[in-house]
Amino acid sequence: MTTVEDAHALVKAPPLRTRLTQRPRTTTGPFSWITTVDHKKIAIMYGALALFFFLVGGIEALFIRLQLAQPNGTILSAARYNEFFTMHGTTMVFLMGMPLAAAFGNYLVPLMIGARDVAFPRLNMLGFWIFAFGGIFIYSSFGLGGAPNGGWFGYAPLTSTPMSAGLLPGRGVDFWCVGLIMLGIGSVATSVNFLVTILNMRAPGMTMMRMPVFVWMMLVIAFLTLFAMPPVTAALIMVFMDRNFHTNFFNAAAGGDPLVYQNLFWIFGHPEVYILILPGMGIVSEILPVFSRKPLFGYSIVVFSGIAIGFLGWGVWAHHMFASGLGPIAVSAFGLSTMLIAIPTGVKIFNWLGTVWGGAVRLRTPMLFALGFIAQFTIGGLSGVMHSIVPSDTQQTDTYFVVAHFHYVLFGGLVFAIFGGFYYWWPKFFGKMLNEQMGKLNFWLLVIGFNLTFFPMHFLGFEGQPRRTYTYPSGMGWDTMNLLATIGAFIIALGVLVFLVNVIFTARRGEPAPADPWDARTLEWSIPSPPPEYNFATVPIVTHLDDYWHRKYTEDDEGRLVKLPAGAAIDTDAATEAAVDPHSIHMPSPSYWPLVFAMALPIIGYGFVFKNWYLLALGVVWGFFGLNGWAYEPATEPDAGEGH
Amino acid sequence: MLERTNRVRRAAATAAVALAVVVLAGCGDKTGPNNKQNALRPAGPYAHQILNLFTPFFWVAVVIGVGVVGATIYVALRFREKPGEERAVKQTHGNVALEIGWTIIPALILMVMAVPTVATIFSLAKRPTGPNVVHVTVSARQWWWQFTYDDTHIVTANELHIPVGQPVSLTLVGPPPCNSPGCYNNGVIHSFWVPELNGKKDVVPGRTQFLKLKADRPGTFLGQCAEYCGLSHANMRLRVIAQTPADYQAWVQRQLQPLSAAALAQFSKYNQAWTCLACHSDDPKTPGAIAPNLTHVADRCMFAGDIFPTDESHLTDWIYNAPSMKPMQENPKNPLQPKVGMPNFSSVGMTKAQANEIAKFLLSNTATTDQQPPVECRS
Amino acid sequence: MAQAVVTAGPGELAHGGDPEHYTNTGVSNAKLAIWLFLSSEALFFGAFISTYFLYRGRDAQYLNKGVQNPLTPDRLFNIPFTSITSFVLLMSSLTMVLALAAIQRGDHRRLRIWLLATALFGLTFVGGQVFEFTEFYRHGLHLSTNMFGTTFYVLTGLHGAHVTMGIIWLLILWGRSMGDRLPTEKHEAVEIAGLYWHFVDIVWIFIFTAVYLIPQH
Repeated sequence: MTTVEDAHALVKAPPLRTRLTQRPRTTTGPFSWITTVDHKKIAIMYGALALFFFLVGGIEALFIRLQLAQPNGTILSAARYNEFFTMHGTTMVFLMGMPLAAAFGNYLVPLMIGARDVAFPRLNMLGFWIFAFGGIFIYSSFGLGGAPNGGWFGYAPLTSTPMSAGLLPGRGVDFWCVGLIMLGIGSVATSVNFLVTILNMRAPGMTMMRMPVFVWMMLVIAFLTLFAMPPVTAALIMVFMDRNFHTNFFNAAAGGDPLVYQNLFWIFGHPEVYILILPGMGIVSEILPVFSRKPLFGYSIVVFSGIAIGFLGWGVWAHHMFASGLGPIAVSAFGLSTMLIAIPTGVKIFNWLGTVWGGAVRLRTPMLFALGFIAQFTIGGLSGVMHSIVPSDTQQTDTYFVVAHFHYVLFGGLVFAIFGGFYYWWPKFFGKMLNEQMGKLNFWLLVIGFNLTFFPMHFLGFEGQPRRTYTYPSGMGWDTMNLLATIGAFIIALGVLVFLVNVIFTARRGEPAPADPWDARTLEWSIPSPPPEYNFATVPIVTHLDDYWHRKYTEDDEGRLVKLPAGAAIDTDAATEAAVDPHSIHMPSPSYWPLVFAMALPIIGYGFVFKNWYLLALGVVWGFFGLNGWAYEPATEPDAGEGH
Repeated sequence: MLERTNRVRRAAATAAVALAVVVLAGCGDKTGPNNKQNALRPAGPYAHQILNLFTPFFWVAVVIGVGVVGATIYVALRFREKPGEERAVKQTHGNVALEIGWTIIPALILMVMAVPTVATIFSLAKRPTGPNVVHVTVSARQWWWQFTYDDTHIVTANELHIPVGQPVSLTLVGPPPCNSPGCYNNGVIHSFWVPELNGKKDVVPGRTQFLKLKADRPGTFLGQCAEYCGLSHANMRLRVIAQTPADYQAWVQRQLQPLSAAALAQFSKYNQAWTCLACHSDDPKTPGAIAPNLTHVADRCMFAGDIFPTDESHLTDWIYNAPSMKPMQENPKNPLQPKVGMPNFSSVGMTKAQANEIAKFLLSNTATTDQQPPVECRS
Repeated sequence: MAQAVVTAGPGELAHGGDPEHYTNTGVSNAKLAIWLFLSSEALFFGAFISTYFLYRGRDAQYLNKGVQNPLTPDRLFNIPFTSITSFVLLMSSLTMVLALAAIQRGDHRRLRIWLLATALFGLTFVGGQVFEFTEFYRHGLHLSTNMFGTTFYVLTGLHGAHVTMGIIWLLILWGRSMGDRLPTEKHEAVEIAGLYWHFVDIVWIFIFTAVYLIPQH
């Protein structure tokens, strides 16, 4: 690896005091994953860790369902149950949903806009490490004084009363506050990265209205994240300070109002659910046209309704607070705004159906998941509209009805879209096709298991079963449906197991994938599977929406599909590709510093949680050390560019 | 090729049947179980208003839901490409008329929904006035409910008696605020919910909230705390007993009776040994400092947040070692564990016999009717 | 379908300060990034300022009720003193602008003078805050004393922390310039620090007006 050129580079390097260790140079091999700044590798790490947390959160769910399978269950104590439902929600939202959006976004956004990487590759890496350390930090609480147990939403004053008052056992909430603030920092960093990338780094000719819908959705959620994180960070700081420094933010005796917490939390919380679902809608908007061989029906409307949902999402937050005593005027206003937001959401569904209508439909696994999304998200959306009927919501809220609602949109919706995205883009990410038979089995197990688990909950809610209860008495008539739900949960687990088996099987004996196995529409399919580090040998010049499709097909006078003669698109790429020397493409160099800096955060976190000021000081100093090293290191080493 | 089509059709049909089974399982009895906590079985005008508002839009939603799910399955199967077929599909980019249509129609449906929704909101927010209204202050604690009748000052716990046909105006508050140094127990948020009589309303420390109830018929209506409030959130139940006005007045009179001098003296003796009155109260009009008023506890069907029958064996076990029956404080010596709720008296030397003696005392000296349990507990 | 042979890597595309580097919006990546970050920070401070407003005046009915010499803003604040420190902070924005102008015309000596001046003015402001905090503390106003104590210390404390981080940032830039590692081409680095600094200053204008100037009883 070391050549004369490398030696020269070392000699010319900045003084030793700012280069404690030599900058990593390798971009292959297992060690390169720790120092990589390649958006594709970072995406895979996001995805793998998020999948791991999905399994953890799923196991928590299985325990919850085991406990509730019968009345007066004894599988979990009340204290443990409260930890599990808190961690299940926290994990699925912050350690699965958002990171998986980051995973898909990271891999695909640069490819879809014709860029070679994101705007700030090292910041990208930082986002991943903060996610990793934040997740580990929060989970370490299980062995360090109790896991978070205040619910994923952490209402004050239950969470904000100091531990000594004994209203809620353990210091889990401290871990939760600090951990979420940490994760929020990573999210904001990643959002800034995506925004600058999408706004600034599109290939020539790629106007905003020629971007794939998935990129649009990532743009919208990046804005949402940017503006939603601050209020919740503020709320978490207030809870932490009330708990540990005896401030009065939510102290009723001082005039503190717990509803201030709820308002701040839900000003974050509602955009958060759109942050979760919009990437799923983006994925579905990519899959449906490909497997119908037709463009997305009403691209502009789908884009604008996504933007509309992003805007309107800021005006509905108090619909999570309809029972909290806001008064008839406020709840009427928010009820109306919630009804309003159903309109752009519904429009998308009809546009998706319009996409499939009249197409040439291939029911491959990605398409099955996308269709499942449409059906199930619709059901979830309709129960959401039921919630907007405010007086009825005072019966539904905090019961299993709302548990059914949000699982239909987040599992039946988002998670199905994610699985669809896995099956669709796996060949691009890894160069192999996931097995189709196992994929179909995966799909059907999930459909059956998911609906069996969550459909009965609509009834349980109306029949009086509140949520967040570790048990229920016998004789309420809830026993059968709870048991059905538990059985369904295990069928889901089976489906997920099939997916894991599929992944392993594919890694060993998967069918190799060509660049464009699905005959798709967007730019990522115009490069090899998996793509080279530099993505595009030549930066594409874009002339159409679905530019890649238009290199393969055109339309006759009646708008019917006509295939262009072979060699019109793909072969040209190969020829040009061969003509370009990859070594002339300068890619950003790997780096340790994001990892080093990220390490400071859990140290600071433990310092805060345990009120250990030495640890806090150490963390701050470490952070400055990391930041300093980062700032002095150029994004790309001057002597880099071997194409690695 | 035909086999594949048939297989897909069969698979879809199986899924549809499975779904139907699940749906119908719930729809069997359209109103669900008669568990006294069922929002689909309203027993008063407010709960009826809510269900009447909800029902038509529920069916509209069902129609739309079935329509969309059906359309999804339909387009998937109808336009399936046969293997080897290369269909020249028409590359439709959109249809402005259609898109405008399916934007406007949902908007119209929602507008229709909005009008009665807002009307019902304001109707349910209107406070009942007049001499007939029963005013009760509800104070929610971890993990029980205190009810104070504003006119007679009766204080009771977990069991709310109301007269049939008269509106009940509830004022929902948290515990009395404490701001002495080291006192942080200003309570947490709970939510008062009796589904068959009305929707729920949160009880927020520092705020005063309003909710109204009204029963159209005598009976028992169960409720539960509906906002996560810590360890025993699941064990914070309550019941509303609606009685004919005559029965209700009789109940009020019985509640107003103080304990006999002998009973009060006995209470005082127990208090010296176990400091009961530091938390509880033995006077019908005085709330306990942080625990239920025990004056007429024997008249209540259940205790400890309406979860255990008020009988000798349960009361004995509770007095002896309450945390073993209801999660409250697992280890008082552990600084990370809560200090809320009835202490574990066995750990400070109380014997089972002593607990039993206190239980028997409470059952005999606090009952105001001859029948144990009281008549209204048997429904 | 035209295929231009463009072998620009993202490093070159993203490198701020080079007018040849193409971005779709025309704004460099780094500058766009700082604007986005600052808009996020605006909401962060907005949350604390709103909370301050929501809780303003509550002490009279709650923890200050019946207290002999209640700890209220009008009894604690020294408006002339805080006006002076606010003015100093305002002037620091002027010196920041001068620093940017200096590097843009290649005057590195002036750059260092104005950077240092900005940092020193900022330090003066923070020093004034520290003095103010210790004065209030001596009079008995703690985080837990009442609602004013809580909201005031947290809001202004967080702002002070942001100013402090800005000072460190400026001193690092100053240090780099002293070590000849802040050439004229890298003027955007100063501009970005300047944007952060001006933001922190503007937030203070809001806080000063809302907390100190609007009368409270």
